[in-house]
Amino acid sequence: MHAPKLLGLHASPNRGLRIMLGLLPFILVIGLYLWASDLRLADNPKDKLLPSPSQMVDNIQRLATEPDKRSGKILLWSDTLASLSRIAMGAGAAAIIGILLGLNMGMFKGFSVLFSPVINFISMIPPLAILPILFISFGIGELGKVMLIFIGCCPFIIRDMYLATLAIPRQQVVKALTLGASPLAIVYRVVLPQLMPRAIDSLRLTLGAAWLFLIAAEAIASTEGLGYRIFLVRRYMDMATILPYVAWVTLLGFSIDWLLRTLRLKLYPWYQSGDH
Amino acid sequence: MTHTPKLQLSQVIKSYGDKRILDEINLTVAPGEFCTLVGPSGCGKSTLLRMILGQEFPDSGSLQLDGQPAHFPDPSRGIVFQRYSLFPHLTVLDNLLLGHRLSHQNWWLPWRANSAATDKAMDFLRRVRMDNAALKYPHELSGGMQQRAAIAQSLLMKPPVLLMDEPFGALDPDTREELQIFILELWQQEQLTIFFVTHDLEESLYLGSRLLVLSQYYRDDRINTELNQKGAKIVADHAIDFGSLSTSVKDSREFKDLIHSVRQEGFNPRVMQHVNEFNLLHPDAFHYPAA
Repeated sequence: MHAPKLLGLHASPNRGLRIMLGLLPFILVIGLYLWASDLRLADNPKDKLLPSPSQMVDNIQRLATEPDKRSGKILLWSDTLASLSRIAMGAGAAAIIGILLGLNMGMFKGFSVLFSPVINFISMIPPLAILPILFISFGIGELGKVMLIFIGCCPFIIRDMYLATLAIPRQQVVKALTLGASPLAIVYRVVLPQLMPRAIDSLRLTLGAAWLFLIAAEAIASTEGLGYRIFLVRRYMDMATILPYVAWVTLLGFSIDWLLRTLRLKLYPWYQSGDH
Repeated sequence: MTHTPKLQLSQVIKSYGDKRILDEINLTVAPGEFCTLVGPSGCGKSTLLRMILGQEFPDSGSLQLDGQPAHFPDPSRGIVFQRYSLFPHLTVLDNLLLGHRLSHQNWWLPWRANSAATDKAMDFLRRVRMDNAALKYPHELSGGMQQRAAIAQSLLMKPPVLLMDEPFGALDPDTREELQIFILELWQQEQLTIFFVTHDLEESLYLGSRLLVLSQYYRDDRINTELNQKGAKIVADHAIDFGSLSTSVKDSREFKDLIHSVRQEGFNPRVMQHVNEFNLLHPDAFHYPAA
């Protein structure tokens, strides 16, 4: 009996087949786009809906190398820097607060009694619905956008860290106490290090939402940023800029995710999440 | 008894809601004793252990460790659980060093290297034949090695009493026997006082210098009490000495006879001894006042 190559419960595709099949949807979508773009451009060379690859490359080359006439900045990089720093501040603050709150709620009953109901309540508020409130109270500058990302991501991380803390076997706490640990030493030297890899995974999961909030905030009120640019050029139906920008945002998100995963594997070799 | 008892329970009663689990437990454990506790499932072994550990407290009665009333878990007793005894995020060596760090260093500062503590931990690892696994993480070790490391981790703190909660329950028979010999050797070398809970009768007989049988199967002169409303008592208390630590004693006639009689005393619901007939032969055993 041989295991089938592709189909069925017992399939074990070999390496070549894996790579080929993994790439297949990408090739199909890109091929389909090129074909459609070609058709439309043949019909009307000024068509803006499906620009050709060469148009996109020209466009992105200009955005990535030439300073903007009005601001003197190289737009792609200044947009990227602005967006990434907002994400880093918002998601970073959400991670730090989320870990600390979730950890302490999981370890100290009194803490969880005080905070659990209000956090469960807050986490049900759609963050975009309070975006106007954030802009009014924190201004339309950086703080408002960072706060939106923070408020969008933090409840999830708190709750995930809370559950992860509860999942630490009680035996470990007892054992640490018999080894002479103080309560705070257990929280910060025994439990916290065990939460860290899970916190990284939690952050990875929440970054998708962080990008959503970032783009939304930048679309509404901003002067630079990847989301701002995409919504700005939308007015001119400038698909030759929008598509590369979307691809760039996707690539950034993908790279950050990969970076965090690699960091987790490197720093916490003892952690087994089943994700390799 | 000339020494302060390492562990002393008097008139300890524990109930969960209406259900009484433990009924007037009286127990005195002398220093250097290897005390094993067996009993049928559901008899309250784990409850008794959790109370000694300080995770739960008696409804009434007193519980003293080294002459001091027992509080929440602290270094006055060591513990080895069946699982989760090692910290998964630390290497074996760091697991062993953790006790020293937690009790000698400030938790908010990075741990400082302490060569004396490291030497001592390595020495312990050599003694438990784990020195070549010092830098491995617990998940890289077999179950038996994990338990050996956990025992070393507890012993480094020199606890007055070492509590063990079915520590070998999850191991295969060969590893289990290997660790039984191992803990007996340690007990002799280090003059430990051990309180060992197990559901395995053979293990309790082989390891213990004193065997306690906790059981709900007994009768007394109380009337109108349902079986399940009567908490478990210590129904047998044997001093055990087969004169040898070799595993071959497990095959001896004497060993098998004792297993048989303990099974009757504690594990057979149809044999209901009266409180006054309990087999309390150990010199430290508590005797119920004759009715």
